[in-house]
Amino acid sequence: MRLQYSTNIRIVEMTCTGNVDHRVLLNAFEEGADGVYVAGCMEGDCHFLKGNIRARKRVNAVKKVLDEIGIGGERLEMYNLSSAQGARFAQIANEMAAKIKELGPSPLNKARSGNGCCGCSKEGETK
Amino acid sequence: MIIAQQKPLKDIAALISECNKVMLVGCAGCVTVCLAGGEKETEIMASSLRMMREVEGKPLQTITYTATRQCDPEYIPPMDEMVKDVDAVISLACGVGVQYMAERYTDKWVIPALDTKFIGGSTVHGEWVEKCGLCGECILHKTGGICPIIRCSKSILNGPCGGSQYGKCEISKDVDCAWQLIYDKMKALGKLDKLMEIQPPKDWSKSRDGGPRKAVREDVMIG
Repeated sequence: MRLQYSTNIRIVEMTCTGNVDHRVLLNAFEEGADGVYVAGCMEGDCHFLKGNIRARKRVNAVKKVLDEIGIGGERLEMYNLSSAQGARFAQIANEMAAKIKELGPSPLNKARSGNGCCGCSKEGETK
Repeated sequence: MIIAQQKPLKDIAALISECNKVMLVGCAGCVTVCLAGGEKETEIMASSLRMMREVEGKPLQTITYTATRQCDPEYIPPMDEMVKDVDAVISLACGVGVQYMAERYTDKWVIPALDTKFIGGSTVHGEWVEKCGLCGECILHKTGGICPIIRCSKSILNGPCGGSQYGKCEISKDVDCAWQLIYDKMKALGKLDKLMEIQPPKDWSKSRDGGPRKAVREDVMIG
């Protein structure tokens, strides 16, 4: 399909979204990610039955933590799509990147001051 | 097991606002099972506190450790070296663990991260209910395995009271009448005659009386 999507996204592969622990999400923010989204399979399509349903619950719990610590729960989202939905994947990636761009960099983004440690984007990275 | 729940993160953060380095100590016992203070919860709390402080522009250093049991003195000394240079210790154990930490580390401020709630068990994953009142003299054999001390809102021994309606307690439509449950169970067991025995007032001297209680097994004492 040769679809284009935002280049400032780093994909972290997991075996199943059911394996996405609170700590994995928090760690991304602590490392300076401006936003994180979890892309799980369609609800009802989980090979492990409820992995994606459980992931959504954890995402919602971590959103509350992010609100409480002053980072903002809106920087974390959960999406459901199948691996056959390439166009939807690109759409979500662009949507999330645009949303994070609007929110601005995370208070924990080390490159926020403009002194990027590794030449990373000043606009921040969506992880 | 002991059921505990985490205090609000902001309350804990406020308590350590003057600290630069803290140690968070989890417990691999009851609080791990009730998902309040195990290794995972300890790491989540440490990460949350660090980020909160980073946002405030006052970074916090943390050390995390999970003791096999904080309610057993033998599992506390391995933390001696780690505790040395921290400004405070945050214990994610029940009230017992917090006290053992405070006893060992006399010069450290030990902060409880949990509210110890009750003795109970899980109904479904993520929900726990109170089941034992720690009264000191178990009478479950007389009541079909249902504890009237803690599951009856009035803790009465000769129930039900007039507040029992359609199997529910008058305090809430969501609370079962323990004495209805006891009656149903004893009837199913064919032991309703046992319920006809009037129970004398409970001897509360075996419960919260005479200061802290102690249990001793001399045959297993070492030395």
